[in-house]
Amino acid sequence: MEKHVHEHVDSVGTYVGVLLLLLAATVATTLVAFVDLGDFSVVVALAIACGKMLLVALFFMHVRYSTKLTRLVILGGLMWLAILLLLTLTDFATRGWGGASVV
Amino acid sequence: MSTAVVAQETENYLNNGYGLKSWLLTKDHKRIAVLYFISISIFFAIGGTFASLIRAELLTPPGDLVSSETYNKLFTMHGVIMVFFFLIPSVPATMGNFFLPIMIGARDLAFPRVNLLSWYLLIVGFALALYAMIAGGVDTGWTFYTPYSTTYSNTYVIATALGIFVAGFSSILTGLNFIVTVHRMRAPGMTWFRMPLFVWANYATGVIQVLGTPVIAVTLVLVFCERVFHIGIFDPQLGGDPILFQHLFWFYSHPAVYIMVLPAMGVISELVSTFSRKPVFGYGFVAFSSMGIAIIGFLVWGHHLFVSGQSLYAGLVFSFLSYFVAIPSAIKVFNWTATLYKGSISFATPMLYAFGFIGLFTIGGLTGLFVASLGLDVHVTDTYFVIAHFHYVMVGGTIMAYMGGLHYWWPKMTGRMYPEGWAKLSALIIFVGFNFTFFPQFILGYLGMPRRYHAYPDEFQVLHVLSTAGATVLAIGYILPAIYLFWSLRYGEKASANPWGATGLEWQTPSPPPTHNFEKIPVVTHDAYDYTTVPREVMEVGR
Amino acid sequence: MADSHANIEETLALREQFDTEEQQKDASTLGMWIFLITEIMFFGGMFAAYTIYRSAYPTVFGVASSSLNVTIGAINTCVLLLSSFTMVMAVRAGQLGQRNMIIFFLIITLLFGCVFLGVKAYEWTEKYEEHHMPGQVAFHLEGTPLQGPAKIFFSLYFAMTGLHALHMVVGVGILSFIIWETKKGRYSSAYYTPIDIAGLYWHFVDIVWIFLFPLLYLIDRHLPK
Repeated sequence: MEKHVHEHVDSVGTYVGVLLLLLAATVATTLVAFVDLGDFSVVVALAIACGKMLLVALFFMHVRYSTKLTRLVILGGLMWLAILLLLTLTDFATRGWGGASVV
Repeated sequence: MSTAVVAQETENYLNNGYGLKSWLLTKDHKRIAVLYFISISIFFAIGGTFASLIRAELLTPPGDLVSSETYNKLFTMHGVIMVFFFLIPSVPATMGNFFLPIMIGARDLAFPRVNLLSWYLLIVGFALALYAMIAGGVDTGWTFYTPYSTTYSNTYVIATALGIFVAGFSSILTGLNFIVTVHRMRAPGMTWFRMPLFVWANYATGVIQVLGTPVIAVTLVLVFCERVFHIGIFDPQLGGDPILFQHLFWFYSHPAVYIMVLPAMGVISELVSTFSRKPVFGYGFVAFSSMGIAIIGFLVWGHHLFVSGQSLYAGLVFSFLSYFVAIPSAIKVFNWTATLYKGSISFATPMLYAFGFIGLFTIGGLTGLFVASLGLDVHVTDTYFVIAHFHYVMVGGTIMAYMGGLHYWWPKMTGRMYPEGWAKLSALIIFVGFNFTFFPQFILGYLGMPRRYHAYPDEFQVLHVLSTAGATVLAIGYILPAIYLFWSLRYGEKASANPWGATGLEWQTPSPPPTHNFEKIPVVTHDAYDYTTVPREVMEVGR
Repeated sequence: MADSHANIEETLALREQFDTEEQQKDASTLGMWIFLITEIMFFGGMFAAYTIYRSAYPTVFGVASSSLNVTIGAINTCVLLLSSFTMVMAVRAGQLGQRNMIIFFLIITLLFGCVFLGVKAYEWTEKYEEHHMPGQVAFHLEGTPLQGPAKIFFSLYFAMTGLHALHMVVGVGILSFIIWETKKGRYSSAYYTPIDIAGLYWHFVDIVWIFLFPLLYLIDRHLPK
């Protein structure tokens, strides 16, 4: 039986700090969108979003204190989403399907 | 420990409270299992009726019994009911619900009220599907391919899709419940590798249910939106791709077949061990092969799209991966066979079903390799070959195991023995009927008979007549247990706690078990399938 | 004490089927996390459709995305992040057993949620007036000849934000229930699990929006309109 580790009470300051980071990241991602980064734009946008997700998960959802099983469950979910996206893309990326130019 | 317990006067889960409310508002996993048993038996009868109509139509070459539109509805509804309302819940919701907690030494599942909710969701889902059937039916095939289902079909697609959506959540919640229960509710000393393999099987199934079902749920939502709000994600006229629907649909529906067969394999592990009086050979291999099937099963769905217009490259990837999923299944069959070697084999009814499973599932599984081959599938896809393949694994496999488990655990659940003579006869009838129904279909498919057609060229008639004759025998085989099992509830011989001389915590409770399963939560010190723990006199009594 | 067949008195914190309160809390938390990954897969299907169609119609998606009000979208994103902050503050109050603080923060969270939904309703109304709803007969997106793919973008926009909004509504319902239960004194620092797991749900819905915002609102914004 694993030791229950959730009784860490974070300080208000921790949460405020995370909130400010999240808000700043939102402003950043909005402003960066107006800069021409070509194909790299979407990478940056997703990277910032992933960063925000990590902050919310680790601090607000207390994943930093969670059990290994919880983390395995989360990882599994994300991996499965990746499987859905990637294997579906093996079809669309290799079919030369640029969509139709239908009006 | 006393084994000849007469459960009549003592409190058990059946006599602990009478009246509709005590059943419809129960939190007891055993009562919920019984609710499921009754419900899915009714669903099976309805799905089977559709099958009978299909086979009746196919007796003669012309489409003369029903119109082609009606025929489309018949095979659609047969598929929808059998897949979503019978096979998916079959073993987990009945035997899984009843025995998983007991097998790990728990008093109930982790979330009993969620368990009851699962049952209600299945009922509501079925009510929606039934409404669709009565109001006029649905004719898209159980696979709902777009754009027919979204744009052109004039049948009750929305109601059926909603019904399946709701039933899907029943499945998700059951899986979630099982996973949490196995992780958090095992009795002291019940380590992962001391659990019965039936538990491993249901755990792996839960993982599939939880990861796969949401995808078909959202896909049905999109179909619903397209039909109702005319937002077109799969509409080629807008530049959408109908094949995307197929990807999303099969992402769930392929792993779904493992939801249907994995728990059945768990049953077989129990049966083969008990009726050989030997531990399952290669316990670790069998346990990990369940997880292997669950994981690899998610990587192969594109083999349903080989001729859809999917890219050749994707077809190659999926064909290659599809061969791998056969490996863990084969590992199980080898281990069951090795379990039999030098075992003390008894041919009680459950064991007959187990033998049936091993043979028929092997045939079905091998033909799966045929259709996994990209080149071969081009010829046999959408023919009766595929129909034969999946009926061999689903009916010759899953339903055989379901029947085997039902007979095996019947004395425990009801406190009564079924009549062995009738049971053996029925098993035989089912086996013969099944093979006459579906083996000709391999040949039919190979010769080119397409699926979902109600009229066909004259030269196929002989095989169709054979198949329909077999279906009639099969139907009799299924009706007989419905009768004698029901009969046994009143007139069957009273059962002891362990009529089979089996291992497992469920056999250490009275038949039927008390509401709270155990007077005292056991402390487990033995491995699963440790026959040294079964008292001598119990071993001798076992049939 | 004999480990008898049932707890004589079942409490909220220790239900019949569990042996200890810690076991119950662990099980509840694990259960919610597993539910959240079903939600990942549920939304995931739509994200898959989005990925396919954005790579097929990058230009159209850019034009369509520009028709969304990025300022409002960004503000709404901040509203939701603030609500996550107040939600975790409510959970913290739960850990400390501060009933009034719990209620205070939950109400603020709920209000932020309602603000988000209100803004969403406004945005949707705007889309309706601009004839950007796929079901509309007069649908037309300026700036591209590919009206079909434009409809696909907006189909995904409404489906994804709609599904998200539906989850927010459910979240508002859950919060209302939890506020009510807190008022009745059901929770303490020894048992505040429902607040905890409601928080997990709320944060998850926030995370979904964290991805929806850039993917829907910020495509090719650097291009001139």
